[in-house]
Amino acid sequence: MSTRTILLIGLGLLVLLALMPVDLTSIGVPYPGLRRYGTYILTLWLVTAIAAMGVNLIVGYAGQETLAQAAFVGIGAYLTAITTKAGLPFGVAFAASALLTFVVGIVLGFPALRVQKHYLAFVTLAFSVLCWLVFRNEQWITGGVMGLRDIERPSLLGLSLRNHVRFYWFVLGITALLTFVLWWIVRSPWGRAFNALRENPLRAESLGVDVRLYTLLAFALGSAYGGMAGSLYAPLVEFIDPSPFALGPSLLFMLMVVIGGSGTFLGPFVGAGVAVLLPEWLRAWETWYLLIYAVMVMLMMALFPDGIVGLASRLLRRRVRA
Amino acid sequence: MTALLEVRDIEKSFGGVQAVRGVSFDVHEGEILGVIGPNGSGKSTLFNCILGQLLPSKGRVRVDGRDITGLRPSQLNRLGVSRTFQLLQVFPQLTARENLILAGQEHQGSRLARLFGARDAGLGAEADRMLGFFRLTALGNEKAGSLSYGQQKLLDAAMAFMAGSRLVLLDEPAGGVNPTMLGGLRERLEALNRETRATFVVIEHNMEFVMALCSRLIVLAEGRIIAQGTPAEVRNDPVVIEAYLGH
Repeated sequence: MSTRTILLIGLGLLVLLALMPVDLTSIGVPYPGLRRYGTYILTLWLVTAIAAMGVNLIVGYAGQETLAQAAFVGIGAYLTAITTKAGLPFGVAFAASALLTFVVGIVLGFPALRVQKHYLAFVTLAFSVLCWLVFRNEQWITGGVMGLRDIERPSLLGLSLRNHVRFYWFVLGITALLTFVLWWIVRSPWGRAFNALRENPLRAESLGVDVRLYTLLAFALGSAYGGMAGSLYAPLVEFIDPSPFALGPSLLFMLMVVIGGSGTFLGPFVGAGVAVLLPEWLRAWETWYLLIYAVMVMLMMALFPDGIVGLASRLLRRRVRA
Repeated sequence: MTALLEVRDIEKSFGGVQAVRGVSFDVHEGEILGVIGPNGSGKSTLFNCILGQLLPSKGRVRVDGRDITGLRPSQLNRLGVSRTFQLLQVFPQLTARENLILAGQEHQGSRLARLFGARDAGLGAEADRMLGFFRLTALGNEKAGSLSYGQQKLLDAAMAFMAGSRLVLLDEPAGGVNPTMLGGLRERLEALNRETRATFVVIEHNMEFVMALCSRLIVLAEGRIIAQGTPAEVRNDPVVIEAYLGH
């Protein structure tokens, strides 16, 4: 597929998503638009997908392990909440979240230069628990278990984004920008070097690929995506406490990448959809919904080990060959 | 004349086992040197010490008079030293063409410029030329993992030359390659040596291949050099016959 075609498809999807909360009945289209809760869930899906894109870069493209993404989302969310409540503009908070998580991501990447696979997963798990303890226990700054409330939604060029549809469009715009940036990275020589890191670091190093630097870059960029997702999450929910940034959500980010299709570009969006949207659709089954959700996830893992996107591209290839 | 590669008194121990014991030799520009020896004689350990995969317990390695002992493989590659491995080491999920581009891209401008520059890092034409040179043009867009073993071996060798390396260390390039493809591989390596003056150091078990390809041989046994000379000299050396060839 040519670059132009990919960009046109991306633009089409962007327009389609932008129209989701819009009532189109006035122009003769029988679509009333999503209501407030639907728009909130869609915004949450976008924010989750940004964090999952970061995990996909670390795990799917660069072949490393991380169970700390929720901690990075937490760092971004708390930093944004604290700084905007102190009167700093959202743009500054967003940039600071990206920068801080980028730097912390580099620090977390150092163990990856020495340990691999589940050993590395345990290092990141320890970091995740450490961050959660800070979020919960350092009440003077994080509010502890009571959290931080009344987090303001930002304004853009003097236009308030307090309205849920405007905020959705704002998040959609940032998601589109971050998606484009990641797409650019993974299709550039950097992306090829990340792939080499995943497939054969020994050979990559012998070909001049600085394996250490690219490992640290993958952690830094992937973690910064977590931080930026957190920075959007705080004004979305307007209240944060430590629970969404614990170990469980970090495992969920990993699950999203695996279910969506690790190392595929669209995988994180599909995976985030399964994690955020599927439970909402299953809510009709009330208390059974978690059980149904768990069984569905298990079946998906067993039947499509290369994820939903992997399955879809396999089916597509078979169809083209036929 | 200064040697391109100088190996001086290299020793490497693993606990109580001394794998390489005081090995010294020079390799001059444009030379094809073969390193032979029975299994466990220390050939691969010696290679790994030269190429920064292992830190020697003692001794120094110089390229063009510059001490490169302990440099990482990626740093060596940027100094024009590359290698192939005993076992196949291509990137199976990348196409053959992308494998070649990857093999040369880290030499193309700064890292930041590569991020904002062309997707093929300006190496598309060179990758196509190399595919043609190794007679793999028709397979350029195939995933490397789907190529036959012999084709992957050719690709593996081609990757070592993408960065315009002056010194290439080939670890058993003939291992597992069928006789027809072996002739092609030898002929391609000889052509590269002729055309680019690239210098090779080759570890090989296939005596016919190594005797035909190399202008000089070093024989290792129990971590030491026991003989060196032209293929004809080595073939007739009684020490080698006793220690290695066995007849």
